Amino acid sequence: MATNTAATTEVSAAEEGVRRRDWIHIAALGTAGVGGASLLFPLVSQMAPSADVLAASTTEVDVGAIQPGQSIKASFRKQPLFVKRLTAEEIAKAKADDGASMRDPAKLADRTKAGHEDVLVTMGVCTHLGCVPLGAAEGENKGEFGGYFCPCHGSHYDVAGRIRKGPAPLNLQVPEYEFTSDTVIRVG
Amino acid sequence: MSFAWAKQYEPQTALTKWLDEKLPLPRLVYNAVGAGYPVPRNLNYMWNFGVLAGFFLVVQIVTGVVLAMHYAANQAVAFGTVEHIMRNVNYGWMLRYAHANGASFFFIVIYLHIFRGFFYSSYKAPREMIWLLGVVIFLLMMATAFMGYVLPWGQMSFWGAQVITGLFSAIPLVGEPLQVWLLGGFAPDNAALNRFFSLHFLLPFVIAGVVILHIWALHIPGSSNPTGVEVKQESDTVPFHPYYTAKDGFGLGVILILFTAMVFFLPNALGHPDNYIEANPLSTPAHIVPEWYFWPFYAILRAFTGDLSIPFTGIVLIPAKLLGVIAMFGSILLWFILPWLDKSPVRSGHYRPMFRKFFWFGLIPCMIALFICGGAPAEEPYVVISQIATAYYFLHFLVILPIISQIEVPKPLPFSITEAVLGGAAPGGTSGGGKINPEGVVGGLPGTATDGSLQPAE
Ligand code: HEM
Ligand code: FES
Repeated sequence: MATNTAATTEVSAAEEGVRRRDWIHIAALGTAGVGGASLLFPLVSQMAPSADVLAASTTEVDVGAIQPGQSIKASFRKQPLFVKRLTAEEIAKAKADDGASMRDPAKLADRTKAGHEDVLVTMGVCTHLGCVPLGAAEGENKGEFGGYFCPCHGSHYDVAGRIRKGPAPLNLQVPEYEFTSDTVIRVG
Repeated sequence: MSFAWAKQYEPQTALTKWLDEKLPLPRLVYNAVGAGYPVPRNLNYMWNFGVLAGFFLVVQIVTGVVLAMHYAANQAVAFGTVEHIMRNVNYGWMLRYAHANGASFFFIVIYLHIFRGFFYSSYKAPREMIWLLGVVIFLLMMATAFMGYVLPWGQMSFWGAQVITGLFSAIPLVGEPLQVWLLGGFAPDNAALNRFFSLHFLLPFVIAGVVILHIWALHIPGSSNPTGVEVKQESDTVPFHPYYTAKDGFGLGVILILFTAMVFFLPNALGHPDNYIEANPLSTPAHIVPEWYFWPFYAILRAFTGDLSIPFTGIVLIPAKLLGVIAMFGSILLWFILPWLDKSPVRSGHYRPMFRKFFWFGLIPCMIALFICGGAPAEEPYVVISQIATAYYFLHFLVILPIISQIEVPKPLPFSITEAVLGGAAPGGTSGGGKINPEGVVGGLPGTATDGSLQPAE
């Protein structure tokens, strides 16, 4: 206590405000601060996906055997992938809805590849909180718009995988893919 | 802290004297939960739950450390090691059931503890800091329990992790990268399981640290009490030991009977059967629900089905997904400002007629409705009910409470705790206004002098 008071009086009496030693304090604390902050970077960065997780992966899917009206579930980067062959009525319905009011407007043609308008490839990951929607397997609830229905919080997707009702903000994502032959696609 | 009349610790033996000089730990205990801590004499059983919460924290740490000796946080074997604990490890089934049900009981006692705080306004000055630290503990508990539930790597574990980390993806711009960073991948997998185990091991000890701060802050003003009138004199208090050690011991006995009944006879009643199916990233269970203790908040999350947009323009201000997330976190973060929302100088709900009506007929039914809807599928009528209840929840705290605290005429308060206990205790008598009730049949309790001063039966 006593030394404290003595020190304060000395400072206020001798050198008000700026002191020569301030420089040393700023330099020392600044160095320590930059050092500490740069330590933070690896600590934060280690939580990001590691190299093996990031390593690009591709998946080949044979879509030849899928009958109109049928869907299959494949797996792409450990996430479900839906491949659906639309029937003529479904294509007509999706096209008729192209202009309807939607949360994330998109045309059927933008979500399929030219020459393969009947093949719809989407991620099977609800854009709300990530559940796998129903509707890809026989007898599952397809929701009010005949496409997919996410049971977690009730998101309804239409035949083109577009969000039409419920809390999800976006359409089911169409991953990057290409047709390597008439019947095989390579995703990724 | 202590009141002037608190008993002083006097070491009796040579050993305790020596210890008191080198490390006065017995003194600390004596002053914190011993005879050296004077506590209001009129605490009811709602004041038992703090000690019980501490007890369940210890149960979780002890059973958890033991489980961790047999568990492996690897996506390939985690589910198997939990089954190994259940079938092969000696008493493993008991330890795991104690840990899983211990988490539920921890939340039961914490909810009753918080409920006590709401009714008796324990959050008001001079106890705001205790309340704020309590909300921090509650948030840490939620994080701990969520990550613990992921560890068995069953279907509910996996999809719970997917949905809860998905909440963060609602945040504009940084949301999606943030979710990937939290999980260490694009979907829950080994990286996520491992870090959740690490944090699930760590956080309970952080909670224990905040609990110490919580009790430290409590010991500055001391406990409140059912009248909400502050301690004024020695006769308002009794020493914590033996009075409240005995009362808390009784409460502990009761809760242990319930706890062991659950662990031994209904071990899976509070769990979800789907969690005995190993995690399958390609198939979501038809009805995913969090653990029961998250239901009210889950209902708030799901109550937002439409975007907040400018009418007739189609311009979306806040999408439904983000609204739900904001409301869910907001419903708890709101508690941080509660001490400043409820400005009524009267603490106890017993003396606040208007507050009491909204509490029992507004907040409580609203919480029950949210609880039920959170556990139900996302269908009508549950969606509409949770929307109404969510609206009331926010109205209650943000509008009703501040207004009540301005316009309400509180009932007259007793002059002191002693007077409330001895003077106004006549059967059927309403709150003691001023003087000792003249017709009071109960003049004085046995062991107390008529002047109200206490003679501890020691
Ligand atoms: C705040 C205290 C704690 C809470 C609320 C809590 C909660 C939980 C929950 C809900 C589960 C899932 C139980 C199940 O469904 O099987 C769990 C599992 C687990 N916890 Fe904790 N826990 C706590 C403290 C601890 C501590 C301190 C440790 C270790 C140091 C630990 C280690 C484990 C392990 C190894 C599992 C996986 C085994 C199993 O699923 O039964 N926990 N915890
Ligand atoms: S995750 Fe699909 S509706 Fe919420």
